[in-house]
Amino acid sequence: MQEPRKAILTLEDGSVFEGLSFGYESPCAGEVVFNTAMTGYPESLTDPSYEGQILVTTYPILGNYGVPSEDVKSEENVSDYFESSHIHCEAIICQDYSWVPSHWQATRSLSEWLKEEKIPGVYGIDTRALTKLLREKGSLLGKITFEGGEDIEFHDPNQENLIAKVSTKEIVEYGTGDKTVVLVDCGTKYNIIRCLLRLGVKVVLVPWDYDFTQMEYDGLFISNGPGSPEFAEITVEHIRKAMEIGKPICGICMGNQLLCKAAGAKVYKLKYGHRSHNQPVRLVGTEKCYITSQNHGFAVDNSTIPSEWEPHFINMNDGTNEGIRHKTKPFFSAQFHPEASSGPKDTEFIFEEFVNLL
Amino acid sequence: MTTNDKEIKKVLLLGSGALKIGEAGEFDYSGSQALKAMKEENIETILINPNIATVQTSEGFADKIYFLPVTPYFVKKVIEKERPDGILLAFGGQTALNCGVKLYEDGVLEEYNVRVLGTPVQAIMDTEDRELFVKKLDEIDVKTIKSEAVTSIESAIAAAEQLGYPVIVRAAYALGGLGSGFCDNQEELVALVEKALSFSPQVLVEKSLKGWKEVEYEVVRDRFDNCITVCNMENFDPLGIHTGESIVVAPSQTLSNEDYHMLRKLAIKIIRHIGIVGECNVQYAFDPQSMDYRVIEVNARLSRSSALASKATGYPLAFVAAKLGLGYGLFDLKNSVTKSTSAFFEPALDYIVCKIPRWDLGKFHGVRREIGSSMKSVGEVMAIGRTFEEVIQKGLRMIGQGMHGFVENKNINIPDIDKALKEPTDKRIFVIAKALRQGYSVEQIHELTKIDRWFLEKLQNIIRTSRELEKYDSIEELPLPLLKLAKEQGFSDFQVGRALYGDRMNKESNPLSDVVRDVRKANGIVPVVKQIDTLAAEYPAQTNYLYLTYNGTQNDVNYLGDKRSVVVLGSGAYRIGSSVEFDWCGVNALLTVAKEGYRPVMINYNPETVSTDYDMCERLYFDELTYERVMDILDLEDPHGVILSTGGQIPNNLAMRLDGANVNILGTQAVDIDNAEDRNKFSSLCDSLGIDQPRWRELTSMEAIDEFVAEVGFPILVRPSYVLSGAAMNVCSNQEELTKFLQLAANVSKQHPVVVSEFIQQAKEIEMDAVAQNGEIKLYAISEHIEFAGVHSGDATIQFPPQKLYVETMRRIKKISGQIAKALHISGPFNIQFLAKNNDIKVIECNLRASRSFPFVSKVSKQNFIDTATKVMLGLPVDKPNKSAFDLDCVGIKASQFSFSRLQGADPVLGVDMASTGEVGCIGDDTSEAVLKSMLSVGYQIPKQTVLISSGGARQKVELLEPARLLHKKGYTIYATEGTHRFFAENGIPSICVYLPNDDRKPQVMDMLHNKEIDFVVNIPKNLTVKELSNGYRIRRAAVDLNIPLITNARLASAFIQAFCDLSIDDIKIKSWDEY
Repeated sequence: MQEPRKAILTLEDGSVFEGLSFGYESPCAGEVVFNTAMTGYPESLTDPSYEGQILVTTYPILGNYGVPSEDVKSEENVSDYFESSHIHCEAIICQDYSWVPSHWQATRSLSEWLKEEKIPGVYGIDTRALTKLLREKGSLLGKITFEGGEDIEFHDPNQENLIAKVSTKEIVEYGTGDKTVVLVDCGTKYNIIRCLLRLGVKVVLVPWDYDFTQMEYDGLFISNGPGSPEFAEITVEHIRKAMEIGKPICGICMGNQLLCKAAGAKVYKLKYGHRSHNQPVRLVGTEKCYITSQNHGFAVDNSTIPSEWEPHFINMNDGTNEGIRHKTKPFFSAQFHPEASSGPKDTEFIFEEFVNLL
Repeated sequence: MTTNDKEIKKVLLLGSGALKIGEAGEFDYSGSQALKAMKEENIETILINPNIATVQTSEGFADKIYFLPVTPYFVKKVIEKERPDGILLAFGGQTALNCGVKLYEDGVLEEYNVRVLGTPVQAIMDTEDRELFVKKLDEIDVKTIKSEAVTSIESAIAAAEQLGYPVIVRAAYALGGLGSGFCDNQEELVALVEKALSFSPQVLVEKSLKGWKEVEYEVVRDRFDNCITVCNMENFDPLGIHTGESIVVAPSQTLSNEDYHMLRKLAIKIIRHIGIVGECNVQYAFDPQSMDYRVIEVNARLSRSSALASKATGYPLAFVAAKLGLGYGLFDLKNSVTKSTSAFFEPALDYIVCKIPRWDLGKFHGVRREIGSSMKSVGEVMAIGRTFEEVIQKGLRMIGQGMHGFVENKNINIPDIDKALKEPTDKRIFVIAKALRQGYSVEQIHELTKIDRWFLEKLQNIIRTSRELEKYDSIEELPLPLLKLAKEQGFSDFQVGRALYGDRMNKESNPLSDVVRDVRKANGIVPVVKQIDTLAAEYPAQTNYLYLTYNGTQNDVNYLGDKRSVVVLGSGAYRIGSSVEFDWCGVNALLTVAKEGYRPVMINYNPETVSTDYDMCERLYFDELTYERVMDILDLEDPHGVILSTGGQIPNNLAMRLDGANVNILGTQAVDIDNAEDRNKFSSLCDSLGIDQPRWRELTSMEAIDEFVAEVGFPILVRPSYVLSGAAMNVCSNQEELTKFLQLAANVSKQHPVVVSEFIQQAKEIEMDAVAQNGEIKLYAISEHIEFAGVHSGDATIQFPPQKLYVETMRRIKKISGQIAKALHISGPFNIQFLAKNNDIKVIECNLRASRSFPFVSKVSKQNFIDTATKVMLGLPVDKPNKSAFDLDCVGIKASQFSFSRLQGADPVLGVDMASTGEVGCIGDDTSEAVLKSMLSVGYQIPKQTVLISSGGARQKVELLEPARLLHKKGYTIYATEGTHRFFAENGIPSICVYLPNDDRKPQVMDMLHNKEIDFVVNIPKNLTVKELSNGYRIRRAAVDLNIPLITNARLASAFIQAFCDLSIDDIKIKSWDEY
């Protein structure tokens, strides 16, 4: 094995972390975020919500089980193992990398995959120290350069409309069910499509800014997505119209934020974002609690929720809002990821609840 | 918010009794946590646990403590007396669970209106009875390992033929896989099933899934049906090796997200269906080639794995389980690390932990070294780090068997590596090291062991680095990045030195180790301190749970340099000779340090302990107790001082080196410790004080040994300094044995001298436990052994206060102890062992540290010796207690627990090397009551009708004459082997003659044992010669395998017989500790 090349992570506050390269070696820049999940790097890397971000994994050892084949797909042409067609992260950073993976599904190592997709990977960095820094300062811009290589400017992905960047450009239909669900693609994970298909509905994936209110549908689903909800005003407009139509509506993550905005609530940036597989939420008004997978930096302000709406779920750690529901109409949402992938599957019932309403 | 059931005001908690293989210190930890949880609710607690050395049976944990056997009879008596509202069954291992199920089935709990808190008994029974369990999981389509429950050998054979060999056999209702094993053919099956049936009425035969991964989940559920999995763990060793015998990592390393969450979801489904309220553990077999799985078992209680999971994650499982038992929801409770976030969450780890079992198979004669589906290990360690290479190397040092990590160890001799890989023994990991060194590929080793390639690749990395290091000849030449890489992979300074300097690095204390240390420190290659905060730094947390790693650049702790820290060194892995008693000592030292206004800091790495609970001190370093790591920590802490004397021998052995590094050792100084530890120095000290010792000499040749024997005569005690195989110490009674032992076991030479001592027979052994300040004894306890000298003090039955010592003997012992304390300037705890024959007193050993019996004498006398000792070490004035304090109205008996039933093939005979795995201590109004309580506590039963006596020598026969007469008078039928029968007849005691296995005549003793015609076996070997031992071996082993009580020492047999003939079980008083 060749000696790994030195890679340098520089943050906008001037902090510098030195590590070694195990991925593609070309400088990159983005917003540095962490996730405390202990499994699920193929899912996270292909999650469109990570568009423009440099992902730091707090679990120190990465790459253990390699990367599965991208050719394993359902009849609807949805990959079994990935959350989109390609890696969305700008780069991935860990403490220790496993050069030789071991898993029956692995067709290549993480390193090989990153190189194929031209994504840098860095190991040998104190990811706990880095995480503490990110926690205290909020997410920071960062860049990765390689010893003897070119430099690059910092780049703030939140300045651009990431939703537009990752959303489908055309309408795609999946499945053949009797009921039709319009899925607004703000950067959807494949598993939302898989979860809906499993329940026997037809899914019509539409671009983020498409006016679906002109279509015939039984239910509206608004997906997760990257960046700031501010860029999706047009989607909010469409959702407002859909509320008038009155068919069931469900939103996840970005979809939750957009639904909240459409309802009239306000969204703010969290001091400590939620980025893990172990976020506890409570179904409001019950003793039912769930462990959820989360990845977001914004939250809905509970105090701004209009009177005909109420909080649906509350985060048990910090009391922040985790979804809203309409008091009389079939509209509800979740800030967390009921589709998991990666993470715990405890809240998959949300899809069933939605489909049962159709 | 509080949803606690207010009707519960008084709760009974069942402990697990003596430490044994399969049930060890983890239950002291879980019980202590449960008691803390009750205390927080102001609920009165009653504890039954005869294990007097535990922390949970100390003042301040339970309101009332009964040192009584955890059996339905005694628990019922306590319930009658105390009338508790609730009972906790899940915190005392299988012992407590079995007892609770019995009480429930007998209607006792209902009769006294005692509510089972937490998981209902029916749910427990659903998980314990294999057939019910399979049925239960079938209801929700969860796959189990299908097995045939059989109750006879014939049906077992039929079942095995149907399933196809290899099969696995398990005994239902048994702890830690007792009576379990793999069978490749009918012959093996018959042998195993017969044994298993003696422990359990039901035996299971099932298809073996050898080679599958083994994965566990720790699951918690509240009564509102909220569930979390706190931790998952993956075994390094694939299925086929009991999880207690496996190296285990947390979290799992080779599972994908889908694998992980499929099994997690299933675990939650199972726990909901069974109806657990509290904590349980789900074990899976997982196919390495697909997502196929089988549920191996569900433990509906706190377990060894849950203790490990608690330590691995910082999530206090036992504490939370106890609260849930009271009716709380998980949403009511807070994360005890962050104190602000919810207890309803799943810890995120940003480190990896590795558990490694500690075996002591070398201590037993005749035991099989193979490890398998039944547990043999006596303890475990947990290493924390940020790479697998780092934790495995740390862990292999922690187990304390002379290894320095994965590599750079002394060469081990493996004649057939392929076989050794295929048939794992306690040395398997080192066999892998050797195989990799010899060029075996990861693939080859994987084929032979089925260990996942991921683990093997990581081990290969260590070998690779080791080879790189060996290319250099000195630390000065070594490139710094390579040194850094080695440290990141867990290499110790010694290992680096050994790779560079080869055989010039012979001892840990080699000055070249210090050179490596100095160079790396000078270049800033030092470890960093990281916190375990349960949330991987996502939220801020004030946590004092710490470990050190080279995989990081930033410390999580800001050190104040205020010199307020007092560092207490823990006792490491539980093993034969050092276990929970030292944990008690360590915890008590911490408590006193805190009380006196210092910052208590603990270093220890044993996940089964209370001392490694992060709420017992202000800073817990869950890390190694090597000189290197202790110095790393002291460099950071810059403490007021260090306490070495409460953690047994491991910290004691560091005294000289720490002193050399100018560490402030609190209490007795290193030079004095050395004067006591060094045989020659101590001997000349005794000579100068006119104190007698058994004659001994350190010898380097056969001729010199013969000369010495001519002077003192046989028998002699031989202690080799370098052991080739087998036990370390032996008594030799004649020339033949001596020659054989020295040829087989010890290599006598200039480099490897042996210590030979005269062995005094028929002598009493007496222990002095004491605390001195500046050489003056402040507190002492003298206890006597029931057995004569020759039984290791850790195996002996000990009586305190002594009942049969001459006043003159006591006085002389006090005087000698005072002289020694003064001469060695003792400030702190110490222990001296004496031999007394008539009034002739000799000193055998002196340890300037707390001894195994400290908790026992502290609790019987109600004087906390460690509290006093710690005050002394902190330099505080202490008063001598009133003379009357030494005058007790009760008797304490400490009895030993043996685990021979788990150690296939081991000869259950006691000798000069220790073999017991645990102990109990019971208090009575007189000797007989205390003896009876303690013997019942370690698993003996009062025989119903029949006793077999087979005693070797004339002296032992005489010793047993009176007890035999008592038995006869009580109406027992005595069976005796030929010689013993004749001797009894000559003395007018009727007995029935039975014949030994090598005799064809009837009745045959082995038949009688197998037919359960004998309730109690007394088998006394004449001496410990190989010939004599082999005669009785089959009887003793059969007794153990068939679960028939056995005593092999005449004095102990005599005391026990006396006790149960004097008293019936109903005569035993149900008195709590405070009533004495």
